[in-house]
Amino acid sequence: MVFSGYLFFILSFIAIYAALKVLLSKSPMHSVLYLTLAFFAIGGHYILLNAQFLAVVHIIVYAGAIMVLFIYTVMLLNLNVAGEFPKSKMAKVASILAGGLLMLTLVGIFRSYDLKVIADPALNQIGLVKTLGKVLFKDYLLPFELSSILFLAAMVGAVMLGKKDIY
Amino acid sequence: MQVIPLEYYIFFCSALFVIGVVGVLVKRNALVIFMSIELMLNSANLLLAAFSAYNNDPAGQIFVFFIMVVAAAEVAIGLALLVMIYRSTHTIDINVLNKLKW
Repeated sequence: MVFSGYLFFILSFIAIYAALKVLLSKSPMHSVLYLTLAFFAIGGHYILLNAQFLAVVHIIVYAGAIMVLFIYTVMLLNLNVAGEFPKSKMAKVASILAGGLLMLTLVGIFRSYDLKVIADPALNQIGLVKTLGKVLFKDYLLPFELSSILFLAAMVGAVMLGKKDIY
Repeated sequence: MQVIPLEYYIFFCSALFVIGVVGVLVKRNALVIFMSIELMLNSANLLLAAFSAYNNDPAGQIFVFFIMVVAAAEVAIGLALLVMIYRSTHTIDINVLNKLKW
């Protein structure tokens, strides 16, 4: 079982590489496909934490629905034009510098904080569907019902925004 | 097998979040900006799930579930808006779509 010790680093490397290629690709279609790869790697991380329900829901929702919507949009509107939008070099350098400083700040915050860890993540039972379902339907029932109303509003809004003769 | 320290998850999710932030700032294609926003949401999701697993508290994973709900609804509306904008102006370059700027 030497392999499982390195699984975290393999998945992290794949996710960060795919995220960088999302930004560095010339064609939007390639960006969408690299983002799908990043989502699969993050789903693997959920399985490492024994968050089984979240891993499956993540793959179904993100890789299965959201990325398919993006691919539909790119293909139906012919948005697969490559390299049409050059930005000034100064703005790119400034943004990357700002991003690097943000990363340093976040890392510095968490270096000085003493994290107490109670449990081994691979052995916990709270990620199972049964346990999570009990908590969801007992303590968090109201947000669960409100999220169905949110979905209804989003559906109505999306259909209305898609109509051609809206005026 | 050694337990991965929680700090490694914090570094990894901060890296993903910063890549998303740089994507929103640098790119001019509205679709790629939207994808960077999804990347940021995912990094926050993973960090919440990691803290929940390390502290044996299911509330973190429930919160991730609701964040996924909101992200799915937001993608539907955002892509509908993008299609509508593209229909009227035939571009998704945000330097052209700057009518709301001062």
